[in-house]
Amino acid sequence: MLTLILLLIPLVASIIALFLRGELVKWFSFIATIVQLGFTFYVFSVFKTPDANEATKNLLSLNIEWINSPKINFNIGLDGMSLLMVILTNSLMPLIVLAGFNRKQERSHILYSLMLLMHFALIGVFVSFDGFLYYIFWELALIPIYFIALNWGGVNRVTVTLKFFIYTLAGSLLMLFGFLFLYWNTPSHSLSWLDLTMNHICSCKQGSIFWMFFLAYAIKIPIIPFHTWQPDTYSSAPTQGTMLLSGIMLKMGLYSLLRWLLPIVPMGTSDNTYIVIGLCIIGVVYASVIAIMQTDIKKLFAYSSIAHVGLIAAGIFALNVQGIQGGLVQMLAHGINVVGLFYCADIIINRTGSSDINTLGGIRVLSPRFAIYFLIIVLGSVALPLTNSFIGEFMLLLGLFEYNTWAALVAGLTVILGAVYMLRMYQKVMLGDVNENVTVFEYLKWNEELVLATIAILIFAFGIFPKPILELVAPISEQIYRLSFVK
Amino acid sequence: MTETVIQTSNLFTPTILIPLLPLIGFIINGLFGKKLGHTSGWIATTMLLASFACSLFLFFNLPAGGSETVVLSNWFYFKDIFIPFAFLIDPLTITMLLVVTGIGSLIHLYSIGYMHDDEGFSRFFTYLNLFVFFMLILVMGNNYLMMFIGWEGVGLCSYLLIGFWFKNQAYNDAAKKAFIMNRIGDLGFLVGMFMMLFHFKTLNYDQVANGALGLGMDNVTITGITLALFIGAMGKSAQLPLYTWLPDAMAGPTPVSALIHAATMVTAGIYMIARSNILYSLAPYTLDIILVVGTVTSIFAAIIGLLQNDIKKVLAYSTVSQLGLMFAALGMGAFESGMFHVVTHAFFKALLFLGAGSVIHALSGEQDMRRMGGLGKYIKITFATFLIGTVAISGIPPFAGFFSKDEILATAFEHNKVIWGLLSFSSMLTAFYMFRLLYLTFSTSFRGTDEVKHHIHESPMVMTLPLMILAACSVVVGFIGLPPVLSHTHSFKTYLSSVFAQSKTIMPAGHEMSHSMEWILIGTAVGLALISIAFAYNKYVMQKQTPVEDAQLSGLSKVVANKFYVDEIYNVVFVKPIMLLSDLFLVIIDKLVIDLLVHAVAFITSQVGRLLRLFQTGHVGFYMFAMVISMIVLLVAQVFDVLGFFESLYTHK
Repeated sequence: MLTLILLLIPLVASIIALFLRGELVKWFSFIATIVQLGFTFYVFSVFKTPDANEATKNLLSLNIEWINSPKINFNIGLDGMSLLMVILTNSLMPLIVLAGFNRKQERSHILYSLMLLMHFALIGVFVSFDGFLYYIFWELALIPIYFIALNWGGVNRVTVTLKFFIYTLAGSLLMLFGFLFLYWNTPSHSLSWLDLTMNHICSCKQGSIFWMFFLAYAIKIPIIPFHTWQPDTYSSAPTQGTMLLSGIMLKMGLYSLLRWLLPIVPMGTSDNTYIVIGLCIIGVVYASVIAIMQTDIKKLFAYSSIAHVGLIAAGIFALNVQGIQGGLVQMLAHGINVVGLFYCADIIINRTGSSDINTLGGIRVLSPRFAIYFLIIVLGSVALPLTNSFIGEFMLLLGLFEYNTWAALVAGLTVILGAVYMLRMYQKVMLGDVNENVTVFEYLKWNEELVLATIAILIFAFGIFPKPILELVAPISEQIYRLSFVK
Repeated sequence: MTETVIQTSNLFTPTILIPLLPLIGFIINGLFGKKLGHTSGWIATTMLLASFACSLFLFFNLPAGGSETVVLSNWFYFKDIFIPFAFLIDPLTITMLLVVTGIGSLIHLYSIGYMHDDEGFSRFFTYLNLFVFFMLILVMGNNYLMMFIGWEGVGLCSYLLIGFWFKNQAYNDAAKKAFIMNRIGDLGFLVGMFMMLFHFKTLNYDQVANGALGLGMDNVTITGITLALFIGAMGKSAQLPLYTWLPDAMAGPTPVSALIHAATMVTAGIYMIARSNILYSLAPYTLDIILVVGTVTSIFAAIIGLLQNDIKKVLAYSTVSQLGLMFAALGMGAFESGMFHVVTHAFFKALLFLGAGSVIHALSGEQDMRRMGGLGKYIKITFATFLIGTVAISGIPPFAGFFSKDEILATAFEHNKVIWGLLSFSSMLTAFYMFRLLYLTFSTSFRGTDEVKHHIHESPMVMTLPLMILAACSVVVGFIGLPPVLSHTHSFKTYLSSVFAQSKTIMPAGHEMSHSMEWILIGTAVGLALISIAFAYNKYVMQKQTPVEDAQLSGLSKVVANKFYVDEIYNVVFVKPIMLLSDLFLVIIDKLVIDLLVHAVAFITSQVGRLLRLFQTGHVGFYMFAMVISMIVLLVAQVFDVLGFFESLYTHK
């Protein structure tokens, strides 16, 4: 029941937002997302209650028959992994909404309504325990972001958005085939997650199913070489859209690996891990190396994001508890940091009109406070100890190390390369003498400062006290590990 | 689930306060620095002095040979691995604590004068306090991950402080280079930790050591771990081939060079190996590598130091060289001697850097020794203290450097005569370039412009007081480690004995050297140093030579003065290829290959779509025809079970 409310709040808010106008819609969206966040904390407290008896379980999940034949249930619920993603989504949404407060946006009621609709769809993806329902939400999430990128984007938005749409739709199609295939070939003829994890299909078919699902997720995550939609989309979409995409939407892919791939086709997975891990760690180095020479700040962050999620995916496919748990923790950390990075990029581009790091410089002189926030976020994304991404990165690399020493060493290059491209960017943009293109740099507005300060606090909070998050995901990591373990 | 035990020993409060006080200083200055103005310098200094007092308290109250663990909380854990926030207080930690907080306080005090007119005054002290906090975490942690927090934290502060004057992009380059080179080492450190976790399921020093003892001598695992950790140490302590960041790091304000790049942070690598002494004792192969790297670095850096003209660069190469000497000591298993040199070096090198700072201060920012000279007459306190520092580093008795160096050389003589010869040579070079520096700066007559000469002034009390205290320490601190010919008790060794007791049993020390032999060694070392000094005196005072301008250099001296072109070589071998690769990846693979495929798919799709459009003719007759045909096909398929046939093909393949 509680989960249903989590779903309904953004949906209702999205509909109401359509009827509001002007600044009001922003305030309304902000309040709606804050209410949602507050409610999430309540759900979290219920979830954490030590005596998780049947009553609590019923409180969290809902399973009603939707269609009899084919058997499709409206089956939603929460486990540690879902809750983590819900927390991530609901913590980022208020920040993403707030980010737009001092920006002029046309037809803002439609924009915010779409964002809330996307919020609804994202939550839906994370709480669905029925494959069909999950698939509907997965596809639904694509529609709002398509329109956001198309209508509020920058130059080249039509071509870029079309490329993005075709890319992801191709992946979705494969996943749909995968689900149909699963449906017909499982003995229970059901797409319920529990059924699928309990009764695996014949090992002879797991390989092909693995690749169908994997390709869909590889495009979404994205894993090299299915990534070329991403830098263009990130740099041409409006910032709030980019924040949604990079912060939350690409976690759909990573989350789905753990939910709908590993435990469902364990043999298909374990047969192919070496290929997938190979792709992922090549991607880590490949994207990092490209990021070193990028001059467009948004594209630089896009490539750095490809490197980071590549590491997460690699750690997950190492198929051990550290890797899985590290992956989950890192999804949260990466979501927060990447949103911070893109917001910083937006603040800079908004004030200077330039996204080319060679034409920037000396911003630190003009706005020391912004420089501090930006530095903290940069340090978070290079995984300095005591920042949020250190713990995840440590566990991921450890997981990879247990899988294969060389894989860990190659992926570990991210430690060095990450510092190279991030510090180079920071130096060119923020340090040095004031560049002639940047003579004025307005102080941060209240909403900007609020967003950045929240992100900075979150970076340290999870870095120094990671315990609640680790505890939240520990049991489910163990469970996923056991479900996807092949003797 | 947790193993949190908060011990309530009487050492708990001071232990917590030691890192906490600088952290509080950092927070106060970070939040209110602008409003506090020059008070922020005093706040930072006071915090550190209080920390020093707590360290002294620990020193006097920790029972001899004892150790104390203070667990704050579990930081993070997964599966069966727990990593706590916990402190280990033992003689080794206390030694480092006293050095860090003691010398740190003096340098803070000095900085109040040195940075007085800088617009970033409070920012400087904010960073400085943060640095000390991380340095304390580094030396106080009871596990490798705590050490790693400090390790990367000091790296960050080093980055911030080297690039303190951030308007200058050359300084920013130096800062970035320091951070990245350190990160290369850090990857080694990380891999070392992964190996420990994989094999021992823990990162606590004592448990790792126990696990290692269980594996025994010459085990591949231990060799791997020790090598990986040593890579970390090479980055942090500027050893070949990861040393080039340290000379560049001189871009930071001079007190930073004294604190971070001479006395404390750069010795973290030595601390790490001394801390892991049991592991290293079990890995003789690694020790040999450390010995070679240390010795080679020591000579290599000393040679470069011979021809540097920037006063701080000379000191920087000297630091690299001295660190090499310390590693050589570690490589011979003489952990106490390495630590002893860490301590004495911290005093005289901090003194030398601060003295150089005072010179630079007096000359309104001039760092080139070719524009100095004759300063002894004008800035007497700086000169006197600098002289003491120079004598101490050159290994003249009874100054501090003599005792620690002599100990390492004596060990080397027993260990391997070649190493002894090389290290003696390196010491001889040290004496030469240090006296070259001294003479060029303070002797003969002033070579700079009149305007600069007009402004020459002695530094204020806040700056000279730390110089005098450090000078006094550089005289006496060596007496904590008298050689066997002079005394039977080596107080420093005795103090640390409990830390290294176990590795001594694994790696028994050689037989006691005869007294006559030892006298001969001492005589040789001192004699060589005196010859060097005389040589320098003749060249730079008697003949009044000054180094030639860069353009006039030629042949070998040009190569040396240009630091063997190592930076240029790294640039060609590593930096350029990566940049090239980056462009290649983006332009060829991303844009050309992948996008071409994507476009090909899109093109085919649209062509197929065009083809399919032909069927949508709009003629009802055609649709009906298609419908009938389809029904027939389906019917046939049903009757002959075509689908089943295909399915069976698939399943039985």
